Amino acid sequence: MTEDATMRGKTAIVGIGETTYYKRGQSPDPEIKLVLEAIQLAAEDAGIDVREIDGFAAYSNDRNDPPRLATALGTRDLTFSNMFWGGGGGGGSGAVANAIAAVVAGYSKYVVVYRGLAQGQFGRFGQGAQIPVAPGAMAFTAPYGLLSPAQSFAMRIRRFMHEYGAEQSALRAISMASYRHAQSNPRAVMYGRELTEEMYDNSRMIVEPFHLFDCCQENDGAAALIVTSAERAKDMKQKPAWVLSAAQGSDYRQAATAHNAPDYATSNFKTLAPRLYGMAGVGPEDVDVLQSYENFTGGVLMSMVEHGFCEPDEVNDFFTLENFAAPDGKLPLNTSGGNLAECYMHGLELVHEAVRQVRGESTCQVPDVNVSMVTSGPMVQPVSNLILAADRGVDA
Amino acid sequence: MSAETRSYLPEGLPRPAPAVDGLGAEFWEAARRHELVVQQCRTCEGFQWGPEWICHQCHSYDLGYTKVSGRGVIYSWERVWHPVHPALREGTPYIVVLVELPDAGNVRMAGNLLGDPTQDVVIGGEVEVAFEDRTDGDEPYTLVQWRVVE
Repeated sequence: MTEDATMRGKTAIVGIGETTYYKRGQSPDPEIKLVLEAIQLAAEDAGIDVREIDGFAAYSNDRNDPPRLATALGTRDLTFSNMFWGGGGGGGSGAVANAIAAVVAGYSKYVVVYRGLAQGQFGRFGQGAQIPVAPGAMAFTAPYGLLSPAQSFAMRIRRFMHEYGAEQSALRAISMASYRHAQSNPRAVMYGRELTEEMYDNSRMIVEPFHLFDCCQENDGAAALIVTSAERAKDMKQKPAWVLSAAQGSDYRQAATAHNAPDYATSNFKTLAPRLYGMAGVGPEDVDVLQSYENFTGGVLMSMVEHGFCEPDEVNDFFTLENFAAPDGKLPLNTSGGNLAECYMHGLELVHEAVRQVRGESTCQVPDVNVSMVTSGPMVQPVSNLILAADRGVDA
Repeated sequence: MSAETRSYLPEGLPRPAPAVDGLGAEFWEAARRHELVVQQCRTCEGFQWGPEWICHQCHSYDLGYTKVSGRGVIYSWERVWHPVHPALREGTPYIVVLVELPDAGNVRMAGNLLGDPTQDVVIGGEVEVAFEDRTDGDEPYTLVQWRVVE
């Protein structure tokens, strides 16, 4: 890699915006309006006119396409119109990475990364497809009642737990941390709804080994953030959240159908983690606070192992509420409440929280944060991750 | 290998079909005959599953389907309690197993583990294929299910 082939320190996230987060189906506004509102809030937060945004990047087949958004907002010159392929939250950091690439390549000045969801208007993720015929790859799963994301991923987690002796208590700690942190966050849908170990243990089984509280919410709302160059970021309204690195991709044949990924008990981060740390010039020991995408708790378990926070056979000791609780746990985790307890905004809310931690504005602020990390979309293909920092980390 | 007369899951789930471009048709046709087949490359003899139009090992397009023994090993499993489909409202719990086939390059297939849905499931346990003929779709089809080898 040449000196030039890096994004380290060349861009920053300079604005964040979020609508009210609603339970699924409860948004009074149409999805497109939520997205427009989030983009306007992000521009306001950044201190720019929304018409200065010239690039748009989204993921997970977001229904609100850049030409329509740009037209609605009166964008003067649309320079970048981008979709990160793949489903789930795998593109939460990847869309940010694409935005960074557009800025570093000189395509765009300000790129907005956005995600809007109104599941009441457009149907739910957690329901099985109600169709008479399952063609192709779906034929190998759906007729056997292997239909939903929870069912698809439980199979991988079960194998991981078998291989390394991971216990239910490790999954529970992840859920407990999200709910703990949501109690300080008025934006969180689960604000005011504490979770105890007893409640977790007694909650109904969705699909073994997942209890109800191992599964993310389904919500309505929208989130948006703005990426720009280091040159611009230095003199803007907010303290920049410098991007040290971002990575995206997928390990060998991870998308093999009928559950045939050769390395099966994985979150799919084994090839990305070294690239992410390598470009950033930091290691897991440098990470001050982590936002790790929880579609299901087991995905966090494998993601954290694959990012080097503990060995796979140490998870029962490392995965405790004490270790994950802000402000002084060993590794504060999902400090806004995340997908489980703040809002399932397909993990873009996790990037927002990583920015707030860098700014010192989290409702569960960790003291003296420098390195603030995000992992997006475990177990899907492709996945992505992101390291932000308070220090730009390069000669300015 | 055995034939099932009673269906494991209730009627109303999607029935299997090849992809719109025809990929996988040979597998479902073989299942109707109560034969388990796996895609195999005629050039390098490597197995692959699910099916694809190219061999991922040698990039040959000359692929066929080979009949295998139907003996497998449980690689992972899950017991489903929450019905995510209206057809399953009276159908939970049920067990889905992921089975490795040692005589087909350890490819994996998902299916239901027949018998008591509350039974203990053992990773590494031996299973054999069981063909479940179904008549609840617009045309008959056969599911590839699994049963513990006693």
